[in-house]
Amino acid sequence: MSTTVIQSSRFASDLQDSTSTSRKFRDRFFLGSLWFATLLAVVTLFVLVLTSFLDGKSRLNLDLVRNFPSPFPEDAGIQSAIFGSLWVVVTSGVVSLFLALGSAIYLEEFANAKSKTHRLISLNIQTLAGVPSIVFGILGLAFVVRGPLSWGFTVGSASAVLTMMVLPVMIVAAREALRAVPSSLRDGAYALGATKWQTISKQVLAAATPGIATGSILGVSRALGESAPLILLGALAYVSSNPTGFDSDYTVLPLAIFKYATEAQLEFRAVGAAAIIVLLVLLVALNMIAIIIRDRSRKSW
Amino acid sequence: MVKDINQTLISPNPSSTSDATRIRGVSLRVDLAVGNATLGDNREMVMESQDLGVHYGDFLAVRDVNLQIHRGEITALIGPSGCGKSTIIRCFNRMNDLIPTAKVGGRVFYRGIDLYGPLANAGEVRRRIGMVFQKPNPFPKSIYDNVAFGPRVNGKPSKSETDEIVEKSLRRAALWEEVKDRLKQSAYSLSGGQQQRLCIARALAVDPDVLLMDEPCSSLDPIATARIEDLMVDIKAHYPIVIVTHNMQQAARVSDRTAFFNTELGSNSSRPTGVLVEYDSTRKIFSNPSDERTEQYISGRMG
Repeated sequence: MSTTVIQSSRFASDLQDSTSTSRKFRDRFFLGSLWFATLLAVVTLFVLVLTSFLDGKSRLNLDLVRNFPSPFPEDAGIQSAIFGSLWVVVTSGVVSLFLALGSAIYLEEFANAKSKTHRLISLNIQTLAGVPSIVFGILGLAFVVRGPLSWGFTVGSASAVLTMMVLPVMIVAAREALRAVPSSLRDGAYALGATKWQTISKQVLAAATPGIATGSILGVSRALGESAPLILLGALAYVSSNPTGFDSDYTVLPLAIFKYATEAQLEFRAVGAAAIIVLLVLLVALNMIAIIIRDRSRKSW
Repeated sequence: MVKDINQTLISPNPSSTSDATRIRGVSLRVDLAVGNATLGDNREMVMESQDLGVHYGDFLAVRDVNLQIHRGEITALIGPSGCGKSTIIRCFNRMNDLIPTAKVGGRVFYRGIDLYGPLANAGEVRRRIGMVFQKPNPFPKSIYDNVAFGPRVNGKPSKSETDEIVEKSLRRAALWEEVKDRLKQSAYSLSGGQQQRLCIARALAVDPDVLLMDEPCSSLDPIATARIEDLMVDIKAHYPIVIVTHNMQQAARVSDRTAFFNTELGSNSSRPTGVLVEYDSTRKIFSNPSDERTEQYISGRMG
């Protein structure tokens, strides 16, 4: 018995590449430009970090974080700036996390999404998340430092303004995280007789934790690297002691860097470069914490 | 006794186990009394819908449904897509409350209490009338915590009580032997069929009185389906079951009564509305249906 193999043009007998040269070229060109874009970003960052490291290498030691600012470059350190940053960032981070969680839960789970007020509030939050930080600085100067609150150039004012600045970003992120929780999870909890609050607090929030953690840490990182509004809030100052409370003077790392980098003496600039490395290490550490929290809460899945 | 049950249903925090035990006791006695007698209307009626209809916004999804759910039986709801089977089953434990546009008309009675009346609390209704969904939806937690969630939100059981409930529920759902050594592992580590049995165990853990299942096997393979079907038959003496299914063989295999739904075009709507065509013993529906449309559907000439 013999079988005839029908040869048709659709099933060519060989498997040779029939793609035209111009298509191949476009394919390669596209891939190449993607590579170039990635490379450009990574190389720029690498060069920046490397030059800072080389410039500040001589001052990258424990004295840097142990000493306070000094008129003599060889004694100058950034301890007050590190502690100032920590005070401001931790306070604003914690306060805005709770406020953002509350707002996001209300807006996503309880508020009537169709009401005009709800839409107005949502639109405002989204707009606020994109407002330049200097605007928050001016607002803080007028209403927190002076004006009604008259809190002065203190850790408290800075925390309050950074909270205002970070809050919208965190609310938007937390809302996204809550919205991403599948409705089957809510149905499952409701079907067991859980109340709305039990469903939200025990299931929805647990499932949204990774997303909320990621969003919050982005907000906190932004607060840590923020400098513009704090110039208006008195952080650009020579502070030779750590903050002791919310009414203390303070300075922050980005502005300490700015001050040292603009000094005339090269030795001071080395301190600034070393401080950049310290700031980057802090940022990376913060992100690591966020990733660990995220992975922990995912592990239980 | 009925009065007792009523009070449990309407009291805000009725998780005392003694009541539940008593209800279970009644059910067992009733089953013994009825035994495996042939199907008849003499079985105790647990739920009943009267002229039940549901609107989604302006759209009438299903109308005029009169169904009775009997103790010790599996009731299957079958019919083509869009005929409102799932909508109806979601009315039986007020899950439709969660859809803002859904509006329920008519009445659903559970042991004589109007589920949508002022005496019924939605949370308590859902605890009494458990539900298993189309897609397995375990919580992103351990196997143990999945089963323990229901008892925990309905009261504060001690550790040993919880352990006991978890084991009992998993045994009932025929899952205990497979998971007893890995209760602390994620529920997502289970296979699809196991996840669905976990969801059944989770529903049983709050000691419900009725179990609703919305196409519980539609995302499972035939072997897992067979296990769920066996399980349903095993537990139907304790929990009357209402099951929505697209699979006519499944309805014929497991159910005692079958309700056939169909769609029809209303006079003032372009979208078809679901109606209950025929409700009878499964044997009658599949061998000698009274309605021509049922005949057409089960013989495969429609839908």
